[in-house]
Amino acid sequence: MFAFILRRLAVAIPTLLLLIVFSFVLMQMAPGGPFTGERALPPAVLANLEAQYGLNDPLWLQIWNYLVNVVVHFDFGPSFVYPDRTVNQLIANGFPVTLTYGGLSFIAAVVMGVALGVVAAIWHNSWIDYLAVGISIGAQVLPNFVMAPLLVLVFTLWYGLLPGGGWSFSNPSFWIMPVIALSTSYMASIARITRSSMLEVLGSNHIRTARAKGMPEHRVIIRHALKPAMLPVISYLGPVFVSMITGSVVIDIYFSTGGIGKAFVDSALNRDYAVMMGVTILVGALTILFNLIVDVLYAWIDPKIRY
Amino acid sequence: MTKLFATTALLTAMAMPAWAVQPAEGETLAENQTYTYWLLDAIKSLDPAKNTDVEGSDALRSLFEGLMIQDAQGEMIPGMAETFEASEDGLTYTFNLREANWSNGDPVTADDFVYAWQRVATPETASEYAWYLELMNIENATQIIAGEMEPDQLGVTALDDRTLQVRLTTPTPYFIKTLSHTTTYPIPRAVVEELGDAWVQPGNIVGNGAYTLASHNLGVEIVFQKNPEYWDAENVLMETVRGVTVNDNNVALTRYQAGELDRVQIPAGQFPRLSEEFPEAAVSVPNGCSYAYIFNLSEKGPEVLKDARVREAMALSLNREVIVDQVLQGGQEPAYSWTHWAIDGFSAPEGGMKDMPMEARMARATELLAEAGYGPDNPVRIQLQYNTDDSHRLLAIAAQQFWRPLGIEIELNNVEWAVHTDRLQNQDFEMARYAWCADYDEATTFLDWFRTTGYNSGKWSNEEYDKLLVDARTAEDTAPLYSRAEEILAEENPAVFVYHYADVDMINPAIKGLPRENLLNTWYAKDLYRVAE
Repeated sequence: MFAFILRRLAVAIPTLLLLIVFSFVLMQMAPGGPFTGERALPPAVLANLEAQYGLNDPLWLQIWNYLVNVVVHFDFGPSFVYPDRTVNQLIANGFPVTLTYGGLSFIAAVVMGVALGVVAAIWHNSWIDYLAVGISIGAQVLPNFVMAPLLVLVFTLWYGLLPGGGWSFSNPSFWIMPVIALSTSYMASIARITRSSMLEVLGSNHIRTARAKGMPEHRVIIRHALKPAMLPVISYLGPVFVSMITGSVVIDIYFSTGGIGKAFVDSALNRDYAVMMGVTILVGALTILFNLIVDVLYAWIDPKIRY
Repeated sequence: MTKLFATTALLTAMAMPAWAVQPAEGETLAENQTYTYWLLDAIKSLDPAKNTDVEGSDALRSLFEGLMIQDAQGEMIPGMAETFEASEDGLTYTFNLREANWSNGDPVTADDFVYAWQRVATPETASEYAWYLELMNIENATQIIAGEMEPDQLGVTALDDRTLQVRLTTPTPYFIKTLSHTTTYPIPRAVVEELGDAWVQPGNIVGNGAYTLASHNLGVEIVFQKNPEYWDAENVLMETVRGVTVNDNNVALTRYQAGELDRVQIPAGQFPRLSEEFPEAAVSVPNGCSYAYIFNLSEKGPEVLKDARVREAMALSLNREVIVDQVLQGGQEPAYSWTHWAIDGFSAPEGGMKDMPMEARMARATELLAEAGYGPDNPVRIQLQYNTDDSHRLLAIAAQQFWRPLGIEIELNNVEWAVHTDRLQNQDFEMARYAWCADYDEATTFLDWFRTTGYNSGKWSNEEYDKLLVDARTAEDTAPLYSRAEEILAEENPAVFVYHYADVDMINPAIKGLPRENLLNTWYAKDLYRVAE
């Protein structure tokens, strides 16, 4: 197992390097640049800006300088569009916000989704099942860009219960709507996967054996059914977790959380090369890491898998 | 208020009392003097040399003060400069600064202005607004920006601590009007030299404006507190000013209605409903921007557009009234000139297509197209490029419908913003949506755009037009020259002018002092107060 983890980590480094080089080249190939705007800059001003940010060096040198800064100094450079701040500062500001509402949404989605799925599977084809399936389909079809403004309308304008947006680490009332809006559709998917996987497991031989031995039903479910039923859920959760904690542009736009989801999309649209690279590397590294964690969890849960 | 133009060639001296908004009779101030306004996006920079957008400018006007400020009508009134004198040739201005302090208690000196302006011009600062010094025609600005001269050769000198001299390369009628722009703000030399680029971060930033920065959570909220060191602090009523970012306009409106914001832009199409429901709060005032479809007349442009008759036919047949009244519905004005109708001292030329009934315009357009050899059987085919935005799309579809019956087939080409501007600047388009906003309240801010050496993305060129604008610099009465320039635009149609912008906002009636007659929508938090409801 340990050797497996080491091997995977060793592959991760060239993967990240390739990601950086490809992103860098693709980004520079996109038409326009960080300084193209409604009013074309005078050539001398543009030249000054490009010199300042090293944009007139040959591409290979730019990539090399960038890699050296990132690897040696852990410095992702200054933002092109937010000149007062460095990329490190922007990520340090935005990522904790995204991590908080993303992490909470993940927990909410998993707990609610698994509970709904298990309940629906146990009472298969009863009204409980229909209700659970109904809830999860409803949650699935209501996209978060529709739900978010509705939540603001109801909780802020009509009932005045929650602030309509913004962020504070010390005041959880700012977290509630982002978590609801982000977690529901994931919760629905988790519920559906759990339900079908649970149904399959409940019909398998080892469950019949456990029941035949006279084991109480709740122990059958928790000890023998839940764990194997979680396998497909876990393979789904790895990428979901990464996408949740690296932010949602929809949540950031509707609730003005200051998270990095919007910063990422903006950086692509504004051609803010440095921010775009910084967030790409962050998301890339997290994706690699959590795929590894999922694989390790797999081995732990399923005795049939060995590395 | 007196108009201040250097070209009067007299020694102009100015001394006026400071202008301050005070509650009117019968108004009671609210206990809570807080104003919360809406920001569409994060504020990109609080460095006067690096700010490029409206959100940043609104914030900087609270934190800093330039030589001049604007009153509610947009007229220039003394800011840091108590008085000024212009030389007879209009090339030298001398400003006498008032006694004022930075928010850290240090005095504001003429040298802080010299330092700030030199810093804008310095290539290493990489200021995106360095061109503003060229617009002001400050001596040697162009050469310094290009790296051909040292920054200390910029035409700005501190004669003593409170006297600032500025030298221009050419008489500039609008020079005084450029002095309230954020790029011209002074910065505290001592602080900037000590802290470097970090001087603008919360906790470090020192300003000379009516407010100091209390906190700035990027993309969420910026908070300003009244600055007790401000020279006119006794007349500042608003204690706290908050800028709250809401990236979605409709959510912002909901939050306004929930009482979280005092001012918000009204989303497109909702003005008629809201002004009926909230007549006191829904406001539409002219905003100094013009919207147009620019023709590419460069070598890369399509041949058909080089035929002036085709361009004129397109200009004639675009029904701007329908666009304004049925699509935009927010008090915008149909445009038949490039210069915004409300620009100070500008009067649009008389006659022309705006006075023709629509049927006559359509008939004339059909005629012109037929002369050029086009019509429904042999349509003109042109691609119209616009950047991603709902209202641009709606307008483009409307234009497509207006032109189709004449035999002008428009292919819509929607691209993202960066691609759009890149293509505009490289003349990789046929016809493109464009908008221009005034930098100062005078017609050249628009007319300069179409000069042969102007931004002029379509590369239209006309000798008489260029000459008119050069002559205007030294003319006693500029209005007829500007009017003639617009006539040339109307004859040649290098673009179809579509509409003049309006600012369409919901403003909490308890907030007083927000200007309604300032075309550039320049507001100062120090002029605001909240009355008890």
